[in-house]
Amino acid sequence: MNDTSQTATPTLEARGISKYFGAVTALEEVNLKVMPGEVLGVVGDNGAGKSTLMKVLSGLHPASKGQLFVSGQAVHFHGPRDARNRGIEMVYQDLALAGNMRIDENIFLGREQLRGGIFVNHQANARKAQEHLDKLKIHVKSVSQRVEELSGGQRQAVAIARATAFDAKVVIMDEPTAALAIKEVRKVLDLIKDLKNHGVSVILISHRMDDIFYVCDRVMALFRGRNFAEAQLGQTDRNEVIGWIMGNKQQSTETSKNHDLN
Amino acid sequence: MATSSPSATSAREQSLHVRLMPIIDRYGVLLVVLGMILIGYALEPKVFLSFLNVSNIMNQIAFNALLALGVFIVIVTAGIDLSVGSILVLSMMTMALMAHPEKLPAWVPDGVRASLMTILPAPWYVLILVPPIVGVICGMVNGWGLTKLRLPHPFIMTLGTLNIFRGVSNLISGGVPISDLPEQVRWAGYEKIALTPDIDIPASLLVLIVVFGLMSIFLNHTRTGRHIYAIGGNPQAARVSGINVDRTLVIVYALCGLLAGMSGLLLAGRTNSGFPNAGLGQELDAISAVIIGGASFFGGRGNVLGVFAGALVIGIMRNLLNLRDVPVFWQQILIGIIIILVVYFDVLRRKAGSGREA
Ligand SMILES: Nc1ncnc2c1ncn2[C@@H]1O[C@H](COP(=O)(O)OP(=O)(O)OP(=O)(O)O)[C@@H](O)[C@H]1O
Ligand SMILES: [Mg+2]
Repeated sequence: MNDTSQTATPTLEARGISKYFGAVTALEEVNLKVMPGEVLGVVGDNGAGKSTLMKVLSGLHPASKGQLFVSGQAVHFHGPRDARNRGIEMVYQDLALAGNMRIDENIFLGREQLRGGIFVNHQANARKAQEHLDKLKIHVKSVSQRVEELSGGQRQAVAIARATAFDAKVVIMDEPTAALAIKEVRKVLDLIKDLKNHGVSVILISHRMDDIFYVCDRVMALFRGRNFAEAQLGQTDRNEVIGWIMGNKQQSTETSKNHDLN
Repeated sequence: MATSSPSATSAREQSLHVRLMPIIDRYGVLLVVLGMILIGYALEPKVFLSFLNVSNIMNQIAFNALLALGVFIVIVTAGIDLSVGSILVLSMMTMALMAHPEKLPAWVPDGVRASLMTILPAPWYVLILVPPIVGVICGMVNGWGLTKLRLPHPFIMTLGTLNIFRGVSNLISGGVPISDLPEQVRWAGYEKIALTPDIDIPASLLVLIVVFGLMSIFLNHTRTGRHIYAIGGNPQAARVSGINVDRTLVIVYALCGLLAGMSGLLLAGRTNSGFPNAGLGQELDAISAVIIGGASFFGGRGNVLGVFAGALVIGIMRNLLNLRDVPVFWQQILIGIIIILVVYFDVLRRKAGSGREA
């Protein structure tokens, strides 16, 4: 499961992705791939294009140019629903939860279990939500609590629970630890390790080197909307990665060359 | 709801406060209604709770309650529909004209008039469908307009159609009232249903109970109903979850139009006519009922029972003031005060409710 050899098919691959917002170029010819059971860290300065790239991968933004492949198959997403149906889930930077609704409703939003084809099966959804949270070792008082009553860490957990409730192949997390206390950060990172051990691919965006060096197998840097550098974690160090974020590549190592995608 | 996790039974969860808040949250406005009933009974012990008066109140609030229900689901999505009064009058006048084609205004070309006369007046079972259908069409115009044109807020689109629909209504009717409608068409707004030889309830109350019941089931137990609340809570969350937000909004405004059309049917039945000033300014009473009923302008909050209670509060107050011969101007002032007070209490309550976090 932890094998990330170059011969396997990537769970998710993006080739030559460009994204323009009117005159603004957010992404230019960006490549990315992630293997089964691999945790890919994505770093970059504010405005480097990390969130935009992830929104393209999760179907929220259509790419202006480029092609996506899921398990080697070319795909075209018309919206988040298409991406979710292909097993690509995302935890958004702003979490994207409906605070006025219950935890279980948020977890199954858009994918509610029905009874008789018409009515939402609230009992089944609540039970499944509880089971899923138990599996993730996430503790809440009750799944019928409204999300607005939860702490920041609990909300983060609910967002992660939603992204993992349906056997995701790829889970994309946009700065999941940015707003958390140390103890909760550790919990989220351990959760990522858990996902990895179940063969799920994870893409983690983070500004915290501690996060990157705790869970990732590989790290790639974006700079001004372009691929800048990448390396297996064992073949780089914090200072080098921090340099990449600032746009420095003096210590350019062989590893990063090897992993450059044509 | 029982939780399956054993450690979840902490002392904090058991605190009365935590368990009581949601109940007051949901049903607070019912206390207001109860208070008003007590006041009414104290002031007018003979008349107020008499069967005739209660049935009167129900009959008078029915059309506003239906309008309010439509406005409510729109407000749940954090939108607004200002055009409901105009939808009401357009659906009512269209029906009245189809019952009395001879009242078509002079500008209608003779050829058109002649061909309309061959199919009109329409039979009652067609007439009764006209207001709901006109209402749905108007609502879809609102929904499409605000999702396709991407106007900055539903306020704009429905402010436009508030004018357009009333203008069309005056245009097709020549701005004059048209009275005398078939018995069957009037049933819902006018007839009484005898439960026993002495006790009868207005048919409009029955309509209200059925419509409110169905709406409650729709909102709480269907996927689209839950998505309506989700959109009100966080439209972005709805979108990234794969919910088709635009389509859901069109459904919401169409439903609001449907209810406004039905409201027009009730009012036409009660007054046995279509009249051009019907529903003028009524959107404000409808919005008042929704807000008094505990819905939030920011969306995602409130329930159907609250809307009914909100309409009742306005209805009971009007009734009481009429019974005491208080001039209409005072009624306006009092309704204004009640809106502000009810929402102010709500603000206080929320402050108290979130106190433990502060
Ligand atoms: N919807 C949009 N419309 C216009 N420009 C956008 C939009 N979304 C992003 N951009 C632009 O694209 C660029 C990349 O933004 P993005 O949010 O992807 O950065 P980021 O790497 O996630 O930054 P951060 O670390 O601050 O989250 C920025 O210049 C931003 O202004
Ligand atoms: Mg970002």
